[in-house]
Amino acid sequence: MAGPTLLKESGPREVFCGLTSIVWLHRRMPDAFFLVVGSRTCAHLIQSAAGVMIFAEPRFGTAILSERDLAGLADAHDELDRVCKELLQRRPEIRTLFLVGSCPSEVIKLDLARAAERLNEELSGRVRVVNYSGSGIETTFTQGEDGALAALVPLLPASDERQLLLVGTLADAVEDRQMHLFKRMGIETIHSLPPRQSTDLPGVGAGTTVLLTQPFLTETARLLSNRGATVLTAPFPLGAEGSRRWMEAAADDFHLPNERVAAVLDPLMKRAESALARHRAVLEGKRIFLLPESQLELPLARFLQRECGMELVEVGTPYLNREQMAAELALLPDDVPVMEGQHVEQQLDRVRASQPDLVVCGMGLANPLEAEGIATKWSIELVFSPIHGIDQAGDLAELFSRPLHRRQLIRPGLHPSNPDTPVHA
Amino acid sequence: MQLTLWTYEGPPHVGAMRIAASMHGVHYVLHAPQGDTYADLLFTMIERRGQRPPVTYTTFQARDLGGDTAELVKRHVREAVDRFQPDALLVGESCTAELIQDQPGALAQGMELTMPVVNLELPAYSKKENWGAAETFYQLIRNLLKAQVPTDINHDPKAWQQEGRRPRVNLLGPSLLGFRCRDDVLEVQKLLTLHGIDVGVVAPLGAGVEDLKRIPDADLNVCLYPEVAESTCSWLERNFGIPFSRTVPIGVGATHDFLVEVHSLLGMEAPAPDEGYKRSRLPWYSESVDSTYLTGKRVFIFGDGSHALAAARICSEELGFTVVGLGTYSREMARPVRAAAKALGLEALICDDYLEVEAAMAEAAPELVLGTQMERHSAKRLGIPCSVISTPMHVQDVPARMSPQMGWEGANVIFDDWVHPLMMGLEEHLIGMFRHDFEFVDGHQSHLGHAGGAGAADSSALSDIPVEGDGALHWTADGEAELKKIPFFVRGKVRRNTEAYARDTGCREISSETLYDAKAHFKA
Ligand code: SF4
Ligand code: SF4
Repeated sequence: MAGPTLLKESGPREVFCGLTSIVWLHRRMPDAFFLVVGSRTCAHLIQSAAGVMIFAEPRFGTAILSERDLAGLADAHDELDRVCKELLQRRPEIRTLFLVGSCPSEVIKLDLARAAERLNEELSGRVRVVNYSGSGIETTFTQGEDGALAALVPLLPASDERQLLLVGTLADAVEDRQMHLFKRMGIETIHSLPPRQSTDLPGVGAGTTVLLTQPFLTETARLLSNRGATVLTAPFPLGAEGSRRWMEAAADDFHLPNERVAAVLDPLMKRAESALARHRAVLEGKRIFLLPESQLELPLARFLQRECGMELVEVGTPYLNREQMAAELALLPDDVPVMEGQHVEQQLDRVRASQPDLVVCGMGLANPLEAEGIATKWSIELVFSPIHGIDQAGDLAELFSRPLHRRQLIRPGLHPSNPDTPVHA
Repeated sequence: MQLTLWTYEGPPHVGAMRIAASMHGVHYVLHAPQGDTYADLLFTMIERRGQRPPVTYTTFQARDLGGDTAELVKRHVREAVDRFQPDALLVGESCTAELIQDQPGALAQGMELTMPVVNLELPAYSKKENWGAAETFYQLIRNLLKAQVPTDINHDPKAWQQEGRRPRVNLLGPSLLGFRCRDDVLEVQKLLTLHGIDVGVVAPLGAGVEDLKRIPDADLNVCLYPEVAESTCSWLERNFGIPFSRTVPIGVGATHDFLVEVHSLLGMEAPAPDEGYKRSRLPWYSESVDSTYLTGKRVFIFGDGSHALAAARICSEELGFTVVGLGTYSREMARPVRAAAKALGLEALICDDYLEVEAAMAEAAPELVLGTQMERHSAKRLGIPCSVISTPMHVQDVPARMSPQMGWEGANVIFDDWVHPLMMGLEEHLIGMFRHDFEFVDGHQSHLGHAGGAGAADSSALSDIPVEGDGALHWTADGEAELKKIPFFVRGKVRRNTEAYARDTGCREISSETLYDAKAHFKA
């Protein structure tokens, strides 16, 4: 059968839990607060991820369960109410409070949805309280954003207006740019979810066309279509080609004339091509291995293969939504192994055996692989960087060419006798 | 339930990881949900290690919970043992696993493995990281050494004299994710070598299982980090009769006391009292006239027990600061910290609530904060210069350069790091005299190379004029104008004193005169 080879693997995993999504969501919606209900582990996770930034006013925290809470669940609810009120007193400017479930809160079945309801009644209108789970047992990394957005969907006002809704966190500048381009193509009304202010929620209804900006929004997409929206399937807007097809999917849905769309996009494609050339020179023919992390792996692999000329050794993904990924899968070369799930040790064996030129992996593995002499690109950066859209194709490629370029720069100086044998850390 | 914005310590299993990752040949199977592998980053990113921590996580998911999680544990134990072939195996749970009660340690012990298996019971909902590290270190050593425990204890720390060899000590406590342990070990080793004392085993940092078995060969144990090694040291004392030193050699005075203690325990003659003066630069730097302006600078100190205690002594006895607040999150160290605070006329703050620490800091209105990574947040909010003296820390506190805190060189590092955030003397004078400059504005610290650094006064919550202060008091325009003339770093304190004075004397309006009255009152 043609097409990529879809495989599954299970075993020890080396991925973040969904709580990590708070690290970028709190910046996207500065008027929201993310209160994790969990253990000291959860608190420690978030602060380890975000703690290097110094906050005058933290926008996330953890209600840490104590032994007493574990002993009596009834008390736990009173306790949670008390903690929320304490928090809102200290931070009266908070407009939306996300109660974020964790492994401990899920395992003891603490009903955060009910808690959110109860608090909503009490705080009537002043603050909105919503709930989602970012637990490791249920969610992997970016799936936390899916949970947060899905929790907002029921709050979206009903609207039958004909509109394009961009769903998924985009960098501000990228968002502005995409909207500008869509407007030039002839789409009048465009909104995004999440909005920049948590209270600024877009409407949704039969006139809404949803374009997912991110591949990890399975649940959000499902709920939006339940509310009448049309969710398009398209390649994701990574790289020039993917972004173009992504925009064209919307253009089609809005019946925009082809010439007009081409008039807007053609010059961008030209520019992207020259921006890509420099990085393609570094990346072409290089072999890349992607470990599962964010679900961005498929679109990235497609971009790196088709637009940068890289050879794909293995494409890992923590979770594969075949329906939403259909367009991406179709663009991957035949017989490339696409591995859903992970056995990290066995996967590392495969990495070592295949000696790729570049490995995309999490930070728990990056330095150790570098010390073995294998170049890496740490994947978290991809969710923190403006990488979407035709204009960003060059920047996206640079994220991958940079580690290779850096090696060329510093290896001869640091390993004067033999630049190919690294000295281990 | 406790609202926690920042936590001073991680969960206890992170402490256990610190022990395993600091050593070699020790593997840790941790029953934990998918996602708890984030802890690897502490070692690969903050400690910048080029190896993965020796930890196998079971990474169970929701769908596993319906099935046989105990079988999952066993499978991971088997795989870990086959693949890594460790000399000793630690087995334990993270907070979530603790709730499902698979007893992974007991399961592993039932698997007839050939290496020692240590079952870790670390209650995640009541204990924390340092406790977890101490408990793990203790359990590991107890397990490995229990067969060697003598029936009658006849350890003599002076035996080296008869045996005609140099005295030998172990350095216990240094670990990864400890504060500057890497360089502290080097510095203390150097210090001891200088006095003809050999170092036997350094553990857990860099030790293997065979090394731990050599611990009883030493004359004395040096407990460098009581948070991690005290329970082990006292177990070794009880069971092998090996005494241990209690002084943590951070600061010139403490380093001297440490040397005296070690020498006397080993039956050696104590070193000359002026050694610190000769070997460290802190004493002369602090005595030189350039440091006179440091006198009486108000410092707020918070951190783990050992580092907070050390800082309090250095500040008050070696730098001439006034300690206006002292506290720790290490409950195990509450007693000595309370005693030290009392000696300084203070009440110690023993708590792990970041908000409470921030409130105490604001109340004390210090000119310098010596704290943890967390205090940098509060200090930023309050506009106070800050230096990090203790964990929790972040990547900038695992520097490439040699940066011990202990010993003579440690004191040099401390002098530079703690004085650096303060405004330099000349600038301090000139800002006190001329407040209309367009470049050197109130709160600016030009030596930090940016407009104000951590101490930018524009955002200083402490020094700001109260717009509508406490309801009963009212600042007149002329009172406010006078207050503005006070240099920004003491303004907060002056404001508080003046308001307190006004309240005491039943005066409701604060004018410039009230401010001078208060000043005279408090200085008298
Ligand atoms: S994996 Fe679970 S227990 Fe661990 S930090 Fe994430 S939510 Fe908390
Ligand atoms: S330069 Fe400024 S912000 Fe940076 S450490 Fe020094 S005082 Fe703090």
